[in-house]
Amino acid sequence: MPFKIVASQCTGCSACEQECPNVAISEKGGIFVVDPKKCTECIGYFDEPQCVAVCPVDNTCVLDMARPRYAS
Amino acid sequence: MDVSAERKASDGSATMGKARQAFTERMSCSGTGAGGMAGCTPHAVSADLTSEIWEKVKNHPCYSEEAHHHYARMHVAVAPVCNIQCNYCNRKYDCANESRPGVVSEKLSPEQAADKVLAVASTIPQLTVLGIAGPGDPLANPAKTFKTFELVNKVAPDIKLCLSTNGLALLDHVDAIAKCNVNHVTITINAIDPHVGARIYPWIFYKHKRHVGIDAAKILIERQLQGLGVLAARDILCKINSVMIPGINDRHLVEVNKEVKARGAFLHNIMPLISSPEHGTVFGLNGQRGPTAWELKTLQDSCEGEMKMMRHCRQCRADAVGLLGDDRRAEFTTERIAALGHKYDVEARKAYQARVENVRHAKVAATRRQLAELADCADAVKVLVAVATKGSALINEHFGHAKEFQIYELSATGAKIVDHRPVQLYCGGGYAEEDRLPTIIRAINDCHAVFVARIGGCPKAELIKAGIEPVDEYAHAFIEKSAIAWFKRYLDRVKTGEIKHVERGEAATAHASIISAA
Repeated sequence: MPFKIVASQCTGCSACEQECPNVAISEKGGIFVVDPKKCTECIGYFDEPQCVAVCPVDNTCVLDMARPRYAS
Repeated sequence: MDVSAERKASDGSATMGKARQAFTERMSCSGTGAGGMAGCTPHAVSADLTSEIWEKVKNHPCYSEEAHHHYARMHVAVAPVCNIQCNYCNRKYDCANESRPGVVSEKLSPEQAADKVLAVASTIPQLTVLGIAGPGDPLANPAKTFKTFELVNKVAPDIKLCLSTNGLALLDHVDAIAKCNVNHVTITINAIDPHVGARIYPWIFYKHKRHVGIDAAKILIERQLQGLGVLAARDILCKINSVMIPGINDRHLVEVNKEVKARGAFLHNIMPLISSPEHGTVFGLNGQRGPTAWELKTLQDSCEGEMKMMRHCRQCRADAVGLLGDDRRAEFTTERIAALGHKYDVEARKAYQARVENVRHAKVAATRRQLAELADCADAVKVLVAVATKGSALINEHFGHAKEFQIYELSATGAKIVDHRPVQLYCGGGYAEEDRLPTIIRAINDCHAVFVARIGGCPKAELIKAGIEPVDEYAHAFIEKSAIAWFKRYLDRVKTGEIKHVERGEAATAHASIISAA
């Protein structure tokens, strides 16, 4: 399951873009979006998903339940 | 040993000599009145500093109270990322009418920022300082921050650079800071005890991990204090900002003050917590109050020892432009900058600033002459006065047009700025807003007098009724000189029994409660 960003809560600060090990996050019109094809939930890189850990607004970077879990 | 440390060691005795000489000059100036003026060098403007430090701060409005009347700064919002969360900050909120740290209307790329600096410096020749203060943390955005400094160094080398950080990433960037000639760094330190810190910082992001609670505060505080020590050792001036949060760190800040002083901080700025529910911050939502003006001043006074306390901070936005207290950022949006078409004229800027220096020296000399007349007043009386000014250290604003009043404390040792009070305009579009007068009077109710360039009959009568003397006889004269002259007359009137000195505001209430307790 890749992560997604809840657009209405995103401050557009870009902290997640900077931390993502997969370069899966980019800006679209002032807010940020995750490319589900690139997101690995940080598996293989870090113990915790970096976008979740650095995001200043709680519950803004969340698992996208509509997609299957990432399989390494 | 780095080069600057070596240089300092080799000419250390000369620097000491100059400082002592400047100190002697000040003493002779205040002691001998007009006759001693000829010997006053510019260094004696602030004689308790070495000339080396004086060169660094003399035209930095945030590091020198004296400079803030004359020189302007600007912040460029190139650093949106933050690496910690503070309970007094909410990054979601962004309103053009809101002025507080962390808030910004337009984010800039380093190239846009450099263009903006050129446009502002060409329009406002008093501009001497560029700071990067956010809206996140400059050192959580190192590429953008240092790229901006590099570009500005190239196009406007006469502009001083500074940055303001929470200190978490400071140790990683000390070399880059020194290399870009950033010689002023502000670190926000709200606590040195992790238990206090944990009530202010819910989490930090450090080494790819979110740390919470005591663990988070411990890491942050250690890194802040180490960073301060390293910068101080490299002769980079450090200002410490602390947010005063009643019930959480208000008493603790005395300890913070001692610690940062011991580690080489140059200036300590204790600021009041800003918290309204509509800001959506944790403190705003849970009803945490900010300190009253009197609580703040009492804490600042108790910390004022060997280290200077900053009293003129306006807690500005991460994209503020202009003199402190007179934000002109609306004139410099990206669109307007493109339309401006600017020419950077270093010589014209120098000429303008030379004129400012002349005014400054005239002001200092006038203040000294006036102060000499107070020499025989061994009185312990202290009073506060409010001043309406739009800059240049002059009483040059009408009562009804004042957006803020600067508060000076007058005593036998002279006039010292201690606060500023923002107010709503009394005059709105040519007519007076009568219902605003009581709130203005409440804002300056601890003052004995208010100095203005002009004032109408109605507010004048109301101020007198409230016990605040409206003073318009010093219109367009220097603030400090005029305030000292008025104070001298005040003391004379007390001495002759014409008036009786009474404490005002919360100081009076506190005094009364001490008496009733005893």
